This record gives sequence, structure tokens and C-alpha cells, in this order.
Amino acid sequence: MEHEGTLSSPSQYIEHHLSFNTQGAEASFWTIHIDTLVMSVILGLIAMGLIWMVARKATAGVPSKAQAFVELLFDFVDDQVKNIFHGDRHAFIAPAALTVFVWVLVMNAMDFLPVDIMAAIYSFLGIHKWRSVPTSDVNTTFALALAVWFLMIYFGIKVKGLRGWLHELYTAPFGSKIWVWPFNFLFNLIEYVSKPLSHSLRLFGNMYAGEVIFLLLGLWAATGVSGLVFGAILGAGWSIFHILIVVLQAFIFMMLTVVYLAMAHEGH
Amino acid sequence: MNINFTLIAQAIAFAILIWFTVKFIWPPLLGAIEKRQKEIADGLAAAQEGKASLEIAEKKSAQSVGEAKQKGAEIISQAEKRASEILEDAKSQAKEEGDRIILGAKAEIDQEVNRAKETLREQVSSLAIAGAEKILLKEIDKKAHSDMLNKLAKEL
Repeated sequence: MEHEGTLSSPSQYIEHHLSFNTQGAEASFWTIHIDTLVMSVILGLIAMGLIWMVARKATAGVPSKAQAFVELLFDFVDDQVKNIFHGDRHAFIAPAALTVFVWVLVMNAMDFLPVDIMAAIYSFLGIHKWRSVPTSDVNTTFALALAVWFLMIYFGIKVKGLRGWLHELYTAPFGSKIWVWPFNFLFNLIEYVSKPLSHSLRLFGNMYAGEVIFLLLGLWAATGVSGLVFGAILGAGWSIFHILIVVLQAFIFMMLTVVYLAMAHEGH
Repeated sequence: MNINFTLIAQAIAFAILIWFTVKFIWPPLLGAIEKRQKEIADGLAAAQEGKASLEIAEKKSAQSVGEAKQKGAEIISQAEKRASEILEDAKSQAKEEGDRIILGAKAEIDQEVNRAKETLREQVSSLAIAGAEKILLKEIDKKAHSDMLNKLAKEL
């Protein structure tokens, strides 16, 4: 577990594994997490690129196995969107949902990589701080949630018009009497603030907690023979359970994206 | 857990990925799937149509077979009727012909009999006259007696 010889205490171990590869001034807004950015972009390119390669050669005839798999994914996302959003989903919302699901899924799936082995590989390559799971960086989940938030406002204004959208801000959900306007506005404000927060923090919390538990099990495994045995067994159990969490959180993130965007299309 | 510029970079990456999916991934997949759905629907419809037309054809063929059978039976019965008619005709003609021949023969026989009777009458009268001549010879006035005898012969 000691990569550099300086990580002697558990807190150092955890801190080391949970620190980003940063670029730019420390603790300033203009800092960039290279690891998060590189991992997420590479994963996005690989995942969407693979799907694109299949989609490019998609045939209406008998599909290849790869195409059948992609179509399965397509149908899964399309069905979910169809049940929630009643409009021209093919123009934007359904493809956006597919992107969100696939991208978040592959980013979450990085959690399956064993932290210490990956750390050893990275350190062999000369990289000493590298976090593999982009979704356990709150910047990623917040970026996605904020993008969805802006899309929500964009579609709200696009569908209802600026006047309609502002009108709804003050008249929904309690009614259009002038004395309830402040309450309506307050209510909507809270809703608009809580949506991206819960959206992003749910995913971040799950993935971050998953990573921390792997680290704790890794620490335990370093304490001796019994620790090694229990750490390995529980680590395997947690990995298996984590498969569910990874897929479930990607699914939830996609569903919330679709729900928020669909709600923006509907008037109260 | 600090918010920084990574957020904006990630958001840009996200926007680009969504744009890429909207532009290049979703349409071909949707097109292929919808086209296949349409092809399957068309195929099923065509199969249904084929089934229906097969049923119609079967009905039609059964109908025409029945018609042909009926026609055949009609022709046979007509032919039988005609044959019996012809037979009947031939029979009646033959009978007529036979009757006519018989009638002709009878008339001829009658004629022959009459002629024989005539000659016989003549011969009988002349024979009677000759016999009477020989028996009575001279005592008899030839002329007066022959008149009487001729009268007699005519009564015969």
C-alpha cells in the first residue's frame, strides 16, 4: 500500500487516494483536475465512439451482435423517455438521455478498478496522484447537473416563452392571486436550487462513498492475515454490490435528467 | 471537494458529447430500427394478404371444379337423351318403312291375284265354251249361246 514510502498512516493513505491530480493554483477556482478531465473525456470518447461505430453502419436488415446490443440500449433508453416525455423526444431528449446514461455508467464503472493496483500502475507510469472515477469528483456530477439545469431553463423559456416562464415562476403552484406570488416564487426558487443539488450530490455521494469503502477495506487488508481474508471477501462482496450501485446510479441520473427536461416542457 | 474550473470543462465535454449523440448516433440507429419495424410490419401485412388471396383462390378453384362437374353431367345426360332419341327415331322410321313395304307387297299380291282371277275367268269361260261346244256340238246356235255364256262368264 505504500507507493512512495511516505504514506505510512491510514489517514495519509486515504488522503493520497482521494486527492486529485491538479493543475493550476491550489485552492483557486482556476484549478483543473487533470485526472477527472482526462478520464471522463477518454471514457466518453471510447463509449460514445464505440456506439457511433455501430450506429454508422446500422442496418435495417439482420443486425450484427454489436448492433443488437446497441439497439437494446437504444430501446431501453427510448422506452424510458417515451414513458416520461410526450413530445418529439428524438430531436433532443432521448439522445441526451442516452449520452447521460452511457457516460455516467462508464465513469461509475471505473470504480471497479482496484484502487491500489491502479495506483501502482499509475505510479509506475510516473503519476503519483490519479483518481480513476470521474463521478466521485463533485465537479463532474455538478457539471452534468448544471448542464441539465440550464437545459431545463432553456426548454422552459423555449416552450412557454419568457413571459410564460416568468409568469409560471410567480403563479405556480399555489395560484395566481397576487398575495401568493412571493410564496410561489420562493417555492420555485427552492425547487430550482434543490434540483441540481440533489441531482449531482446523489451520484457524487454514492460513488464517493463506494470509493471510501474500498479504501477502508484496503486498509483493513493491510493489517494482517485475518484482515487480508476479511478485506478480500468483503471487498469482493462490495464489488458485486457495487455493480448494482453503478448501474442504478447511472439509471437514476438519466431518469432525473429526463424527468427534469420533461417537466420543463409541461405547464403547471 | 472543491468546485473549480473542472466543472466548466466537464460541462463543455458533456455538451459536446450530447451534441455528438444527437447529431451522429441517434439518427442512424433510429432510422435503422424504424425501417426494420416498417419492413416487419409490411412483411406481416403481405403474409396476411397472401393468406387471404390463397383462400379466395381456393374458393374459386373449388367453385370452378364444381361448375365443370355440373357441366360434364349435363353434357352426359344430354348425350344420353339424344342417343335415345336417335334410337327412337330409327326404330319408328324402320317400322314405317317396314309397314310401307308390307303395304306395297300386299297391294302387289292383290293385283296379281286379280290378274290371275281375270285370266282364270277368261280361260274358264273359253274352256266352258269349248266344252259345251264339244258336248252340244251342232245343236246349239253358236252365236246365241256364246252371248249367254259370256254373260255367265261375267257373272263368275
